[in-house]
Amino acid sequence: MRNILVLIANRLATGVLTLWIVSVIIFLGVSALPGDIATEVLGQGASPETVAAFRIQLGLDLPLHERYVAWLSGILHGDFGTSLANHRPISDLVFGRLSSTLELALLAAVMAVPLALALGILAALYRNGVFDRVINMLTLTSISFPEFFVAYVLILFLSVKTGLLPSLAGSSDGTVLGRIEGMILPALTLTLVVVAHMMRMTRAALVGVLASPYIEMAKLKGVSPLGIITRHALPNALAPIINVVVLNLAYLIVGVVVVEVVFVYPGLGQLMVDSVQKRDIPVVQACSLIFAATYILLNLTADILATVTNPRLLHRR
Amino acid sequence: MLLPKEPSMTVLARGSAVSSATGGRLSPKWLKALAAAPLSAKLGLFIVIFYVGLALLAPWISPYGEAEIVGPQFSAWSSEFLLGTDNLGRDMLTRLIFGARNTVGIAFAATLLAFAVGGTLGIFSAVAGGWPDHLLSRTVDVLMAIPQLIFSMFLLTIFGMSIPVLIVVIALVDSTRVFRLARALAMNVTVMDYIDVARLRGESWLWIMRREILPNILSPLVAEFGLRFCFVFLMISALSFLGLGIQPPTADWGSMVRDNATLITYGDISPLLPAAAIAVLTIGINYVVDWFLDKSSGLREGQ
Repeated sequence: MRNILVLIANRLATGVLTLWIVSVIIFLGVSALPGDIATEVLGQGASPETVAAFRIQLGLDLPLHERYVAWLSGILHGDFGTSLANHRPISDLVFGRLSSTLELALLAAVMAVPLALALGILAALYRNGVFDRVINMLTLTSISFPEFFVAYVLILFLSVKTGLLPSLAGSSDGTVLGRIEGMILPALTLTLVVVAHMMRMTRAALVGVLASPYIEMAKLKGVSPLGIITRHALPNALAPIINVVVLNLAYLIVGVVVVEVVFVYPGLGQLMVDSVQKRDIPVVQACSLIFAATYILLNLTADILATVTNPRLLHRR
Repeated sequence: MLLPKEPSMTVLARGSAVSSATGGRLSPKWLKALAAAPLSAKLGLFIVIFYVGLALLAPWISPYGEAEIVGPQFSAWSSEFLLGTDNLGRDMLTRLIFGARNTVGIAFAATLLAFAVGGTLGIFSAVAGGWPDHLLSRTVDVLMAIPQLIFSMFLLTIFGMSIPVLIVVIALVDSTRVFRLARALAMNVTVMDYIDVARLRGESWLWIMRREILPNILSPLVAEFGLRFCFVFLMISALSFLGLGIQPPTADWGSMVRDNATLITYGDISPLLPAAAIAVLTIGINYVVDWFLDKSSGLREGQ
C-alpha cells in the first residue's frame, strides 16, 4: 500500500513539474515574437509614444522574470489578464466556454465508452469471424477520416436529408432539451472519431488474455464463451482498457476544436481558433495552458489508474 | 483525430497478428512480392500512385488555372465545370487537382523534415547515452505533454502563418514522436557486439549512426514514415480547415471544405469531395503500410 502511495506521489510531482515547464514554454514562446505584442497590435504605423505607452499598460517594460511571476500568480488566482481584441477579462471568456466544452466531451464519452467496450468484447468473442473482420475494416477506415469529413457526412444525412437534428449547436431555443438536441450531432461525431481506437485496444487486450492457460482451463470446465470473457478475461484486461479510455477522454477534450468549429459550438476550442486568427495572444496563451493542463491531468490519471489496477507495474524496475 | 489515435500502435498490433497468413513470401524480386500482395495493398498502392501522378501533372491535366476565376459562384456540375465552381467561381476540379500537389507536397516535406530531425536526434541519443540522452529525452517528454494541435496553433500564432513556417512548426511538433521511436529502436541495436567492435575500431559516432544502426532499424522507420505522413497530412488539413494552415489563394483540401461548407446545407455533396480525397489517401497509405509491416515481420519470422 505504501508503495502505491509513494508511486502516486512521484507521478503527481512529475505532473506538476511538467505543467510548470509547459507554462514557462507558453509564456516565453511569446517573447520569441519578432518585435513584441505592442507593435504587433498597434501595427507598423503607430507612433513611438503610443507604442511606449501601450507597452507600459501591458507591463512589457518590466523584466521578463517579473512578468512571468506576475502572470503565473494571476493565473493561480483565476485572473488570466485582459483580451487584446475586446478588452474583457479573459477569465470571463474562458470559464463559461470551458464548461461548454467539458459538457460536450462528457456527452461524447457517455456515448463512446459503452459502445467501444461492447464492440470490443463482441469482436474478441467472435474473433476472426465475419463480425470481427467487418468491424476491423470499418475501424481501420474510420481512423483514416478527418473529423470534419465525419461531421459533414453526419450533417448531410441526419440534418439536411432527414431533418432529424439541428446542424448548428447554437440554433436551439434556450431550453435544456434544445441545448442537448444541439449537442447530439457534435457528440456523435466525436464518438465516431474515438470509438475505433478504444474498440481496437479493448479487443487487443482481451485477445491477449484469451491466449493464457487459465482460459483454456475455464473452457475445459465448461464455462460459456460470454462467461469466459466477462468473468475470466475482462478483469485481467482491465488495466490497458482503462488506460486507453482515459487517454481517449484526454483526446476528446483537445480534439473538440475542429468539431466545435464545424457545429459553431461555443466552446473553448472555438475561442482559441478565433483568437489565433485575430492574434489575440493573451487569450491564445490562456487557452493553450488550459488545454495542456487538462491533457496532462488526464494522462496522469490514466497512468495512476493503470498502476492501481495492475499491481504488477509496481515492480517494473 | 489527433493525439491518442496515432495509428502506429493499432497497425503494429494487427501486423503481428496476421503476419503468418499473408507474409513470408521470400522473393528478391519486388514485382513478385507485389503480385502476391493482398487486394487491399494493391488498392492502396494504386491510390498512392494515382495521387502522386495528380500532384506531379497538376498544371497539365487540370482544365483551368489554380486560382483562376472562370464562372459564376457555386455553379452546379456541368460539362463546362465537371464538379461545379466554388465560393469565388473557381473550378472545383482544378482546385482538387492542385490541392493534391499543395496539401500532399507540404505534408510530405513536413514529414521528411520531422524524420530528419527526430530520427537523427533519436539515434544520436541512443548512441551517446549519458546526459545528452537524458536531456533530449526529458525535453521530448515535456513537449509531448502539450497536445499537438494546440501546440501547433500556439506556435503559428507567434510565428505567423506562411507555408515555410507551417512546414517547420508541424515538423518540429511531430519530430518528438519520431525521436521516441528512433531512440527505442536504436537502443536495441546499440547493445549488439558489432557496435562495440565498431567503437573499438575507432569509428566516429556519425559512422556508427549511419552505417551500423540506421540500416538495422530502417524497415520499421519506413513503415512509421507512412503512418506519420497520414498523421501530419490530417493535422495540416485540420489546421487549413480551421483557417490557420495553408492560406488562400493556394488550393488546399482543408480550406476548400471550409469555404464551400454552406453548400452542404442545400444537400450538395461537392464540399465533401476534398474531404473524401483526404480520407481516401489516408486509407490507401494505411493499407500499404499494413502490408509492408506484415511482410517485414513475416521475413523476420522466416529467418
